[in-house]
Amino acid sequence: MPLAEKYEKKVEAADLPQKTKDQLRKFLDEKELTDAQFKQILERVIAEYASTRIEACEAVGIIAAQSIGEPGTQMTMRTFHYAGVAEINVTLGLPRLIEIMDARKEPSTPTMTVYLESDYGVDRDRAREVSWQIEAAPLHEFGDITTDMENMQVQVHLNVKVCEKRKIATMEIMENAPKKIKDKRHYRDFESDIDEPRATLIFTPKDKESYQNLFQLAEHVRNVIVQGIDDIIRVVVRKEGGEYILYTEGSNLRDVFDVAGVDTTRTRTNNISEIASVLGIEAARNAIIHEAVSTLNEQGILVDVRHLMLVSDMMCMEGEVKQIGRHGIAGEKESVLSRAAFEVTVNHLLDAAVANEVDELSGVTENVIVGQPIQLGTGDVKLIAVRQQNN
Amino acid sequence: MPSPKRIGQIGFGLLSPKEIREMSVRKIIWADTYDDDGFPYPQGLMDLNLGVIDPGLRCKTCDQKASECPGHFGHIELAKPVINVGYTRLIRKLLRVTCRSCGRVLLSPEEIEKVVGTEEDQTGDLLSEKDVKKERICPHCGEQQLKINFEKPTTFSEVVVEDGKKVEHKLTPADIRSRMEKIPNEDLIPLGINPDVARPEWTILTVLPVPPVTMRPSIILENGQRSEDDLTHKLVDIIRINQRFKENQDAGAPQLIIEDLWELLQYHVTTYMDNEVAGCPPARHRSGRPLKTLSQRLKGKDGRFRGSLSGKRVNFSSRTVISPDPNLSVAQVGVPRAVANEMTIPVRVTTANLEELKGIARIGPNRPDVNAPCGANYAIRPDNRRLRLAEGNLETVADMIEPGWTVERQLRDGDVVLFNRQPSLHRMSIMAHRVKVMEGRTFRLNPAVCPPYNADFDGDEMNMHVPQTEEARAEATILISVQENILSPRFGGPIIGGIHDHVSGMFMLTHDVRWFTKEDALYLLKHTDIERLPPPGKVEDGIDYWSNKQVFSQILPAQLTTVFHASSCQNCDTCKKELCDRDAYVRIIDGNLEMGTIDKKAIGAFDGQIVNRIIRHYGMRRAAEFIDDMTKLSIRGIMLDGFSFGIDDEDLSKTEYGQIDEVLKNAALDVERRIKIYEDGQLEPMPGRTVEETLEMQIMQVLGKARDLTGQIAGRHLGLGNSAVLMAVSGARGSMLNLTQMAGCIGQQSVRGERIIRGYDDRTLPHFKKGDRGSDAHGFIQHSYKGGLNPTEFFFHAIGGREGLVDTAVRTSQSGYLQRRMINALQDLKVAYDGTVRSTGGKIIQFEYGEDGTDPTKSAFGDPVDVKGIVESILKEEV
Repeated sequence: MPLAEKYEKKVEAADLPQKTKDQLRKFLDEKELTDAQFKQILERVIAEYASTRIEACEAVGIIAAQSIGEPGTQMTMRTFHYAGVAEINVTLGLPRLIEIMDARKEPSTPTMTVYLESDYGVDRDRAREVSWQIEAAPLHEFGDITTDMENMQVQVHLNVKVCEKRKIATMEIMENAPKKIKDKRHYRDFESDIDEPRATLIFTPKDKESYQNLFQLAEHVRNVIVQGIDDIIRVVVRKEGGEYILYTEGSNLRDVFDVAGVDTTRTRTNNISEIASVLGIEAARNAIIHEAVSTLNEQGILVDVRHLMLVSDMMCMEGEVKQIGRHGIAGEKESVLSRAAFEVTVNHLLDAAVANEVDELSGVTENVIVGQPIQLGTGDVKLIAVRQQNN
Repeated sequence: MPSPKRIGQIGFGLLSPKEIREMSVRKIIWADTYDDDGFPYPQGLMDLNLGVIDPGLRCKTCDQKASECPGHFGHIELAKPVINVGYTRLIRKLLRVTCRSCGRVLLSPEEIEKVVGTEEDQTGDLLSEKDVKKERICPHCGEQQLKINFEKPTTFSEVVVEDGKKVEHKLTPADIRSRMEKIPNEDLIPLGINPDVARPEWTILTVLPVPPVTMRPSIILENGQRSEDDLTHKLVDIIRINQRFKENQDAGAPQLIIEDLWELLQYHVTTYMDNEVAGCPPARHRSGRPLKTLSQRLKGKDGRFRGSLSGKRVNFSSRTVISPDPNLSVAQVGVPRAVANEMTIPVRVTTANLEELKGIARIGPNRPDVNAPCGANYAIRPDNRRLRLAEGNLETVADMIEPGWTVERQLRDGDVVLFNRQPSLHRMSIMAHRVKVMEGRTFRLNPAVCPPYNADFDGDEMNMHVPQTEEARAEATILISVQENILSPRFGGPIIGGIHDHVSGMFMLTHDVRWFTKEDALYLLKHTDIERLPPPGKVEDGIDYWSNKQVFSQILPAQLTTVFHASSCQNCDTCKKELCDRDAYVRIIDGNLEMGTIDKKAIGAFDGQIVNRIIRHYGMRRAAEFIDDMTKLSIRGIMLDGFSFGIDDEDLSKTEYGQIDEVLKNAALDVERRIKIYEDGQLEPMPGRTVEETLEMQIMQVLGKARDLTGQIAGRHLGLGNSAVLMAVSGARGSMLNLTQMAGCIGQQSVRGERIIRGYDDRTLPHFKKGDRGSDAHGFIQHSYKGGLNPTEFFFHAIGGREGLVDTAVRTSQSGYLQRRMINALQDLKVAYDGTVRSTGGKIIQFEYGEDGTDPTKSAFGDPVDVKGIVESILKEEV
């Protein structure tokens, strides 16, 4: 039985956030209550909502920084941990938090969580097919590679069965392999022949005298990626919540989005700068929040999202992801004194002199330095007593 | 007090040679400081015109005494110009982007506009070296440009092609200065230089300001010798070389000698500015210590900016060791008499308090005991003269006191003080407490306030500050008192609450049902403010009995209603609720604990369901009272039975030891079996892992399970009667894992999440065979702490323990730096009156704080409204 209609209307009409309304419905559902009780509850809820509003002049920035920084001492340092999937290493704990705040171009352990479209997600085999499209597979997985020292050749005998299983045409491999060795591995001193009926690919080095070159070539041939996306070293298929999900080691959002069967609305990566370049700054802002929340929660540390939102908004405000620190927000502040008090003191002062910078003394550090009250909290409020005229 | 002036803004600029000469009070020409009589040389570095540091002398410039004279600058006329090291990069840039003949920027106006933008739209960048192609021809005068080479620290040269060979032609600072002079003002603006305050030629020094002696005071050593400041030493070097240079110049010395001297002068001026320049050997003191010159004074943690300007020192503070006292309120702090006698609060004398303050002054500086009224240490006359109160003058001074005086009264019970423990990682690291003067030499605090300070009593020290003004005391009581900070802004839950013995005590008191006689019940509640006991819960043989739950209910607010699961709850699939065999289903209706055990979840710091509910429905003050009552009740609760833990509490019986041996033996066999499979090459690797990795993972898993199993065996034997189990179950301290390791088996020691592999060739220790992959050889400890470790196990345990220590050391420095960076990045943000979050300069960061404008401190663990709590308290039932 949903909430009685007369109550429902009142709940809907109340000036409350959606979350609170939903909670009200949930807790009052199937409860027998009198009108007086309902009225009392709604009044108390509205009163409490009014009392939990943030107050003006609150130093929310410092509170956010403290709330994230203080539990840092309790976090583990252990870089490697297994997050759900035993096969894939993910950086967690304090190093990961620092990595997020540093806005690194590439995380130390890039990984993706690839969700599949509904028709692929339910079927293990089809999920596996998608994973083959993603996982970087070197040539030696598709057949036998022999180094023929007599004829100075490297021969690749493709295993047709494997190719069929992996849903890739032998011809495609044979055409792609030499090209990829040249483009991606930057090795050009060879020629190649395709023997289509026998599904064999023959590589000959240009310099036929040197065995060293032959072995070098063989190494390139063995390891050239012929299927999948180069950056994604490994894919693990797991069933979670009734659907198959792919976890990857390595990340390349743009290319994974192009693979058929990938649900582009839910697929995510832990590489924030990649998200910023592919999906835009708003997505990056949400990604920072998500990554930070999950890093903290994994360590069992409770931090209100609002603090992380503020940090994330600060990082993304200028339209690109900026790090917390010397090369980002802290280094680009308007105040000379504040920058000088943070890091590279002397350089900031020297540069400020040449550019005739003026410090308006509106921030915290500047006012502490010159010894005046800071413009936050009670320091921001000015009361002027109007003396009553004596009549 | 004069009304404080507000500094509006601070502008930065370069000093021109003219300005340096104008502000100088004396030209300095003598390298010596003091003559044989210890009197400063005129025109020497310690000239009396530059200010005075010796008491008794008067400054020749301002005629003030050493304490008042701020000091005055002098100057040195340099024989030849030298480069200011701080600006070598700017000089290089200017040399490369301007013409060597006409001084204009090597770009046409159109090209400049492309980079900088038009006059209306100044959104472009500043000109940089990259915008000008190397060795191009000047668009203004057609002069062919030369490549400029820069060699650290201060050498510039032009590359000239002579007979097809590249020849470096050195540029002297004088050459560079004349080139800088040629750059027209309007060409400097696109380069980011404001010519009004910073002409580029001013980066080449022709005259050097000499800082006043007040900023480089000499100190007199014990043997009466003067020891000069590092800056003075450096200035002596500069003057000495400068004089020699001048003499040689006047004598018409050969070019080679002039160049050498010039370079030497440059070196001294360079190290005077910055003694850590790359490519320049640091100037050293006679003892070999590098000198601390200008730049070193500003830089770094202990430098002027971070050390002296951002970090202020204060008076009216004290510091001593802390110790616990559960009989204090959380809002109190026990202050030793010695501290209370020393710390004072100024009180202005008025007609209303005249007699009281006279009385205080008569008591004087020595308060005989803690219960005696406080005395005073100073009386301040209206003309700001301080009179020290001492045994002899108490009566005379007290009689002189009249309205308009100020008496510096000692601390007494009820005064507001700030209490702090470093590191101050969050705002709850400083809270305002009420003073309670006590005997002893330590600060005393209720252990319930330990969590916000992160304090313990193993020798921790804490600081106390006494606010001196009425405003400060008002802010201390209203904003930073302990009551106001029970809720953490980090997650919106209570951070102050019971710890350790409070939790075990409450658990022992409220677990299951116990009956107390009137005597016991009153003993338990005697320190609380209860006026009368409720009707007894049962009467047996004519004796009244009160249940343990009744006793606890006495400290709850009358209407409190809440239902939750205790931390001893095992999270069964379907909750048995009332029938819970662990008594973990807590139900409090209308201020009565109907069932359930009170433990960490109910009253603990960070969890504190009851505390949380009280704050939301009855306010902070009631919550603080509850915590006070709770700490007192719990301590009495634990004392009723007594509570201890000793070595024999880890004893198990023979059967358990047999079972544990069995488990460990099986595990070892299992590991061996898996190694066999691996060695036969039969092991199937996990996807994406090598065979070795797979084996390691399997072994870790088997051994981990074995250890847990021994823990379960031990846990079965040791029930709630065991203190360690009780502490683990109630959440007071420790976990079942600790007990497992004490009584069962310590388990696998690991380094970086793997078994211990490092050591000798193919083995960890010489006690094992090479290539042994067995559990013993890689750090599995099958003994318990009680049983004792064998030598190899002990060694592996030390290896594992070391990792933990290194980890902690690295973590503190890393997280400290992260926090410093975050504070610096976010410190200026505040909520504006329109609800937006703004930075300085009014930039909007968020349109509504946290997307819903909810204060995380006041939120219910993040939710804007604690709907569940409200519904529960009104319907009086679980929801």
